Amino acid sequence: MDNKSPETGAFFPRDRAWQPPAYTPPYKTSVLRSPQKALLSLNNTLSEITGPVFGHDLIGELDNDLIHNFAKAGESAIGERIIVHGRVLDERGKGVSGALVEVWQANAGGRYRHKNESYLAPLDPNFGGCGRVITDDDGAYRFRTIKPGPYPWPNGVNDWRPSHIHFSIFGHGFAQRLITQMYFEGDPLIWKCPIVGTIPEKSAIEQLIAPLDLANTIPMDARAYKFDIVLRGRRSTLFENRMEGN
Amino acid sequence: MPQALNLMKESPSQTAGPYVHIGCTPNLMGIGGIYDTDLGSGPLYGEKAKGERITVAGKIIDGSGTPLKDALIEIWQADAAGLYNSPSETRGSADPAFSGWARCATDLETGQYTFRTIKPGRVPFPDGRPQAPHITFWIVARGINIGLHTRLYFGDEEAANAEDPVLARIEHKVRVPTLIAHRDGDTYTFDVHLQGEHETVFFDI
Ligand SMILES: [Fe+2]
Repeated sequence: MDNKSPETGAFFPRDRAWQPPAYTPPYKTSVLRSPQKALLSLNNTLSEITGPVFGHDLIGELDNDLIHNFAKAGESAIGERIIVHGRVLDERGKGVSGALVEVWQANAGGRYRHKNESYLAPLDPNFGGCGRVITDDDGAYRFRTIKPGPYPWPNGVNDWRPSHIHFSIFGHGFAQRLITQMYFEGDPLIWKCPIVGTIPEKSAIEQLIAPLDLANTIPMDARAYKFDIVLRGRRSTLFENRMEGN
Repeated sequence: MPQALNLMKESPSQTAGPYVHIGCTPNLMGIGGIYDTDLGSGPLYGEKAKGERITVAGKIIDGSGTPLKDALIEIWQADAAGLYNSPSETRGSADPAFSGWARCATDLETGQYTFRTIKPGRVPFPDGRPQAPHITFWIVARGINIGLHTRLYFGDEEAANAEDPVLARIEHKVRVPTLIAHRDGDTYTFDVHLQGEHETVFFDI
């Protein structure tokens, strides 16, 4: 990838007060799926410091274009055309190059293309709902899609998910592995959603809200939203004592 | 005020939700034509990979004893010589025919997951002591707010397990067996219990 020395430092511990706890009763499914015993804290070993690498050759031409990657020739997905772009950074603010970003989302009507999905909104024959991209040397990524619609879900009798895009991110170490969701600036449903509400702090929730980015909008074509993602940072190993042959 | 440390906060996690398959295993869900294959599907080894071929299988079980039918599991492990196929591996070059990483959705009907891999070698702990052979598991699903990290250890590695520095950190020894997979032929069975009497040990790593 580059000629810098390999990254071998352990990752900063996760801030568990910033991250959502496992047990969050207003999000009912978490009740039976949350570990109840304390997690065992462990300084990283090689098993967590290392991680798989995905090459740019993995990515097909339309992988980052959800408007067209499932559409019939000459057709495109229905909905508000948007560009989602940003950088994958670590906690030191350094761009994470070569990060694999996978996204999935509902269509413009809030309907997913999935066997278990029962919402009455129609499928869009030209929209599959997934895409992927690998970050460049600065950690930047971008993809094109349609803005997903909000949808109702069985939790309370009248719970609606705000418009959102699911993100799965691979950094350089397996301990950085993260799945999250991106929300859209100005959506009133964000502050009513029990899944968003699993995150304790308002400022942490705001970290997942992408602002409208007119500077990156393509006039007469697509609006842009900017979404930066922060993965765990690594400790420096410069002055660390290392075992012989380790 | 002293200078700021300029550290950012990690993005908060959100559940993978019930439709994680659309993004991570679209072909399995019948969304064809976007990716050639689902990333991380199939065996972790190529034909020429060194090491003993094994199958690792099991279920993820909730607090009522019901298997999760919508979970996604990723595994990460060393090759047969104990080397990781990663740029952060500085002790040598891992077997190029072994990726070390795979992902599997639990079966929509039965909740079963299956990986075909090789038995990993031993990897040193930061202080140089050898760890017992193990596979790192990362589990996400609807209702799981942040991915769960755990480890599979091998039931037929009793001596190595007895001196493993991570297993030694588990204060309540009755919980150690929650990380041990049992061998039957070439298959190791590893069920993960999210809650209850047999709750698996999960790590904050
Ligand atoms: Fe969703």
